[in-house]
Amino acid sequence: MHEEIYIAGIGGQGALSMGQLLALAATSENKKVSYVPSYGPEKRGGFANCGVTISDRTISSPIISEPSVLVVMNNLSLKNHEDSVIPGGIIIVNSSMVDLGVKRSDVHVISIQASEEAEHLGDVRVTNSVILGALLELTGVVSVSAVEKSFEQILPKRNLDMIPINYKALEKGAELARVLKKEWSNLS
Amino acid sequence: MKGNDAIGEGAILAGCRHFFGYPITPQSEVTHYLAKRLPEVGGLFMQAESELASINLVFGAACAGARVMTASSGPGISLMQEELSFLAGSELPCVLVNIMRGGPGLGNIGPSQADYFQATKGGGHGDYHIIVLAPNSVQEILDIMKKAFDLSDMYRMPAMVLADGIMGQMMEPVVIDEEKSIEIPPRPWATIGRDYHEDRNEINSLFVILEEMEEVNLRLLHKYEEIRAKETLCEDYMLDDAEVALVAFGTVSRICRAVVDKAREQGIRAGLIRPITLWPFPYDVISRTAKSVQCFLVVEMNMGQMFEDIEIGAKGRAPVYHYGRLGGMVPLAKDILEELKRVSERGGTGR
Repeated sequence: MHEEIYIAGIGGQGALSMGQLLALAATSENKKVSYVPSYGPEKRGGFANCGVTISDRTISSPIISEPSVLVVMNNLSLKNHEDSVIPGGIIIVNSSMVDLGVKRSDVHVISIQASEEAEHLGDVRVTNSVILGALLELTGVVSVSAVEKSFEQILPKRNLDMIPINYKALEKGAELARVLKKEWSNLS
Repeated sequence: MKGNDAIGEGAILAGCRHFFGYPITPQSEVTHYLAKRLPEVGGLFMQAESELASINLVFGAACAGARVMTASSGPGISLMQEELSFLAGSELPCVLVNIMRGGPGLGNIGPSQADYFQATKGGGHGDYHIIVLAPNSVQEILDIMKKAFDLSDMYRMPAMVLADGIMGQMMEPVVIDEEKSIEIPPRPWATIGRDYHEDRNEINSLFVILEEMEEVNLRLLHKYEEIRAKETLCEDYMLDDAEVALVAFGTVSRICRAVVDKAREQGIRAGLIRPITLWPFPYDVISRTAKSVQCFLVVEMNMGQMFEDIEIGAKGRAPVYHYGRLGGMVPLAKDILEELKRVSERGGTGR
């Protein structure tokens, strides 16, 4: 198992938290892992990306330039990173925020209206957990329970009461991904 | 654990109980972490009003015999250079951490290796060196902090841990070995008052009699020669049968290790040399390798700074090439591989 996951969005969408949850969950499962964030100096609205490599073998380079999984949470992120995904890789799109289409035909694309789904659950802030639920369902890179256990360490203390709704969001994301996965056609 | 947190925890594990500093991206988590952790272990954390004040506080604490450190990024480290020269001249132990960012000037907060010259060739005035260590993983950051304090104490001189913004910001799993006992060597030279030692201790870098100054310089020189002989650290990978030797430190050495694997898959015999001490520099390894490889390819996040040390080490026996990304950009594995293919088919030397 070797996955290179790149998560791209803007500050406040939870890209970095998602990456940290994955990294912590992988550590608890004794997998090799590296997490590298990349963000601008802006207080609000700047780009916020991170790369998480999870593997059975020692990770040479922690820098991801050709991800196997790409998560995009705004138009610019899709435009900037679409071409980097390896053929046969996965692009997960939060279509609540992204209206551009994916041009690549040699990758799997999963579009989820994650922000709307999060709002239905009661809090738009769990958008990233909806996406993370889908990612876990599609890749199995770490177990859902390992991610669930990681929330306590990643969430700030004042938000610990949001753990149950995050669990629901993970479940919702997984449910959506299961349905969409069935519609995956063979790649050209 | 995050690289910057590992710097803080590594310092605590090494018995450091005094930190003076000022936050700057991409180093800020070091101050953040130690502000919380040092009081928990009975230490002192102080956020100074500036980097100038920070390094002068370090000077004072070092005089009093404390295991003391500061941390900053390029712009802050530049402000500390005058005092660094004074610390070297006064033969005081202390540890500095530089989490390098894009420059010159204020530059940006992207990762960079542009402070190599400043760190290894001395950014302050006078004839001096500091020990410079360049880790390439979060685990190594944690372990190298103790190494930095120990070397600094043993040779009574400043040591610097030089890492880029990626090292500071990235997270990797670490194993913390708390069993290790900390032995901080006695400091009979410390200026802690006549109650503690009979003779008058003096810490000074002013020697108005020229002969006396030369004696101090010669003492430093002999110390530096001993360090060069005993403390040089370097790691290599797949170097034995290599035709092209990549040379890189810090984050870039991780990327280059992946490049070596990819090159080997394609039948190119590539290897990697990773200096861990940037001063003292492993010239011997370069000289030895120059006899067996067709060429060197030095990869850095700068215009070619360590490149010059490879040229010194290679002594013209093998051509030396440079590939660099600048301004906070990170070289990509596929671009390095392409450059590797290009230089392995070409003679001469260049950037």
